[in-house]
Parts: sequence; C-alpha cells; structure tokens
Amino acid sequence: MPPSTPSESSAPSPTSSGISLRVNGETYALPVDHRTTLLDALRERLDLTGTKKGCDHGQCGACTVLVDGRRSLACLQLAVATEGREVTTIEGVADGDQLHPVQQAFLDLDGYQCGYCTPGQICSALGVIEEHAAGWPSAVTADIAPQAAPAPLDAAEIRERMSGNLCRCGAYASIVEAVARAADGSSAGVRGTEVTA
Amino acid sequence: MREFAYERAADVAGAVALLGSGPEARALGGGTNLVDLMKAGVERPRLLVDVRGLPLDRIEEDGDGGLRIGATVTNSELAAHPEVRRRYPALAQAVLAGASGQLRNMATVGGNLLQRTRCGYFTDTTKACNRRSPGSGCPAVAGEHRNGAILGASEHCVAVHPSDMGVALAAFDAVVEYETADGPGTLALDALYPPVGEAPHRETALPDGALITGLTLPAAPVAAHSRYRKVRERASYAFAIGSLAAALDVRDGVVHDVRLAFGAVASRPWRARRAEEALRGEAAGAEAFAAAADAELAAARALPDNGYKLTLMRNLVVAVLGELTEEAGR
Repeated sequence: MPPSTPSESSAPSPTSSGISLRVNGETYALPVDHRTTLLDALRERLDLTGTKKGCDHGQCGACTVLVDGRRSLACLQLAVATEGREVTTIEGVADGDQLHPVQQAFLDLDGYQCGYCTPGQICSALGVIEEHAAGWPSAVTADIAPQAAPAPLDAAEIRERMSGNLCRCGAYASIVEAVARAADGSSAGVRGTEVTA
Repeated sequence: MREFAYERAADVAGAVALLGSGPEARALGGGTNLVDLMKAGVERPRLLVDVRGLPLDRIEEDGDGGLRIGATVTNSELAAHPEVRRRYPALAQAVLAGASGQLRNMATVGGNLLQRTRCGYFTDTTKACNRRSPGSGCPAVAGEHRNGAILGASEHCVAVHPSDMGVALAAFDAVVEYETADGPGTLALDALYPPVGEAPHRETALPDGALITGLTLPAAPVAAHSRYRKVRERASYAFAIGSLAAALDVRDGVVHDVRLAFGAVASRPWRARRAEEALRGEAAGAEAFAAAADAELAAARALPDNGYKLTLMRNLVVAVLGELTEEAGR
C-alpha cells in the first residue's frame, strides 16, 4: 500500500480480499486486489484466456461473458463484486467436445476473420437469443406493447441487439447469418458436431 | 487506479452508514460508468459500497396507476417490464436506445441517474474541467463542443447529461427517492440536477452520502401514447446528439395534454415546459408544434459548433408530435 498523505484517512482498510469465483461450474479461490477486473482475473489469474481484452473501457464487447446467465462486460465488472455469481466464459459454452449451436454456426458460416472478437460475439449471441426468447424488445422493435406479437429475430433485430460487439475485420454479414441460424434451432446442420483436432 | 476498500452492503441502513463515512466513498451498482472513470483516474474513491445486492430490485404498481422502480433494477429489466412498456412506452424506448445489451444488463436505474457526462474534457485528466476540477476552466467553450449544451449552460460548463432514460423520466414527472443516515428524502427529477451556474461540479442536489433507493412514476394517462426518438451519429450504440421524449393526447384535433423533454441539449434532462404550455389547447398540427419548439428554444444559446441542435430539436418536435397525432387519429 502506498504511504498515506496526511489528508487521507489514517484508518487502514484492506484493499484486497480473498474471494471465491464460480466460473464454468468450477470454484476458484484466489486473493484479489480490489482493482482487479473480472476480465483480468479470468485471463491473468485463472488462465482462461478465451475472453479477450479489446478496449478495456466497455466499448467493444470483446470481453463479453455471461454473469448469472446475462451477457455482461468483464472489463467493467470488478472481480471482488463477482463473488457469489455464476460466470460463463467461452471456455464453458461447449458441452465437452460438442460445440454449442452458436459456436457451430459461427464456424459453418465464417462468422469471423481474425477471430479476436469471436468469443465475445458468441457469448453475446447466447444472450441475444435468450433475451429475444424471453420477449425482450429492442430499439428497432416496431411495437413494444406487451400485448404485441413478438418481433421475429430478423437481421435488423440481430444487428441492433449485437451492436455492442465490434468486429474490426467487418465480418458482420456472416455474424448476422450465424446468429440467425443458431437462433433457429430447427435448422438442419446447426446442432453440435464432434470437434476434431 | 487508486487502491480502495470494498464492502458489500447488507441492507440500506448499512449502505448509507458506509456511504456517510467519508467523502471518498462511492456506491457501486453496475459499475459501467464508475469503474471506467476509476480506470481513467477521474474517480478516485477510497471505499466502494456494493449496493447491487440490496433488495431494491423490484418494479411495483403503486395502486394509483403509477409505478415504483427500485434503484438496483437493471436497465434491461426496466425496458422489458410489461407495465413500463404499457404505461410509459417512451421510457422503455429510451432505455433500449441507450448503450448496448451487455451494458443494459449491468447498469442500474440509480446508477443511470448518477452517471457522469461524456464530455471529452471531463474524462481526460490532463485537461482543465470545472466539473471535475472546480475553477480550472472550461476548454469546451472555445474548443470541442459539437455535442455541447444549448440550454441552461454557462460559461463555466457546457457539458450535456448523457442519460436517455432520464429524458423520459423527466417527461413523466418521476420522483427520486433516497436514503441518508439522517432519514429518507425525495427530489423531483427536475430538481435532482441543479442549474450549472458557477458550480458545475455540484452535479446533484442529493445530500452528501445519500443513496438513491428508487423512483416513483405517477400515473399519467397521456404517457401511454408516448415515444422516444434519439438522433446519434451512428445507427446504434452511441450517445445522443439530440433526443426527444414526447407524449400527446389530442381530442377533436386539439392538444388536451402533452409532455416534452429534450435530451443531449443541457446538463440535465430538459423538461420543455414552455413548449408544453404553448401547445395546450392549440390545434394539433405542424405549425403549432414548430411554434412550441421555438418557444422552448428561444432561451437557447448556441456555441459556434453546436447550433445545429436548434434545428434538430425543432424538427424532432414537429416530426414526433406529428406521428403521435396521426396515430391517435387512426
């Protein structure tokens, strides 16, 4: 801890804590400086480097993970504030060797080029599909009245709902297709397939 | 980032006791603005009081046609709530127009009200800013102010309030509820943000150490016929350069009731009461709508690079009220 100046409180309060994090069904006990973001804890402490650091300011979506099932930005989430919540990262999306339908759709439809934003895109898409299924409207939903028929998850809806995930390669056209295919669970060929190394 | 202590508040009383313990304590909700400002060195708290687990996460009907919204309700939950969408559609639209799906899942109603301006001088600690560092000056007046305020600003600060949600809340007479160690209090949303004047660093009228616990939206039948329209420099995920929350009740072609609030034009969500007064009892139509906008904007003062906002707001008023009139006639 840096030396206190006279104007600052003399009562020392701990600036780090021992916490336990639940990530992809596993429990990890670790001490954290309170300044540690969930993103840095995942990448630097738990070696879960699938979650990417892009802007580190909540502007690009590369660090998107699911917290208690809701897509969230790991760069603005403090690790200490995540204790007691369930985190799902890209490493926890597949069922063993079976890719999740969203992952498979990104693979089948080339929903990426360099791949850096892809873990965030996929975690975000998982959230989008769930939020849409729950009847949540978006900014482009024409009629948000609760009695209105739910808007289909068309390209305009997907683009709006995924707007928090930037792709510098510009793979948006394929990303939209992949999310649409994954959302339509009945599409043939979307179900997970074996991963071969 | 400066080191800080972290406490998870068990209840509201515990939270306000911790927040009242010193000027360097901050309430942590979703953290989407606070944590970012801590990274930038703009916020340097000694203590974060995590209030997200407090039992303030409910949206309840008040029995008189209004709603009470808890401070830790997330933006997502607010916008998805059936009674918000039914009774105050412009509020749901405003929330959905802001930020991204990820941020809306994290951000809380209380934090949304207390988020800070995105003026580039405020967020850059190498620059002067009267809001961040009182008395240091406002480089925006002679510098970058394309998204600066045209209403209620002063030579000391021309920053705009970034909230979309707040604009709809202002239109619908929301009342903010807070708790302090000395007891509870309320503030009309209009009164939450004091005029800029000579003290732009005094951003809210909340007592020191206060915790926003929720807000109430009074019953407003006119609000059921409302709309939020946001203008920004890209199609999604950007702050407004001008926005409008409007509600309209037209009977036999005459404006019976109207609510108007402007966003991204002032240091607070700007309730356009002059425009509302000019419209009540008038024949609904483009001419009256434009005259009402002009009545509100008569007090506007543009800087060299933000005069476009006068035209923008006038056109927004005419367009959105026109749409609401047309739909009411169907």
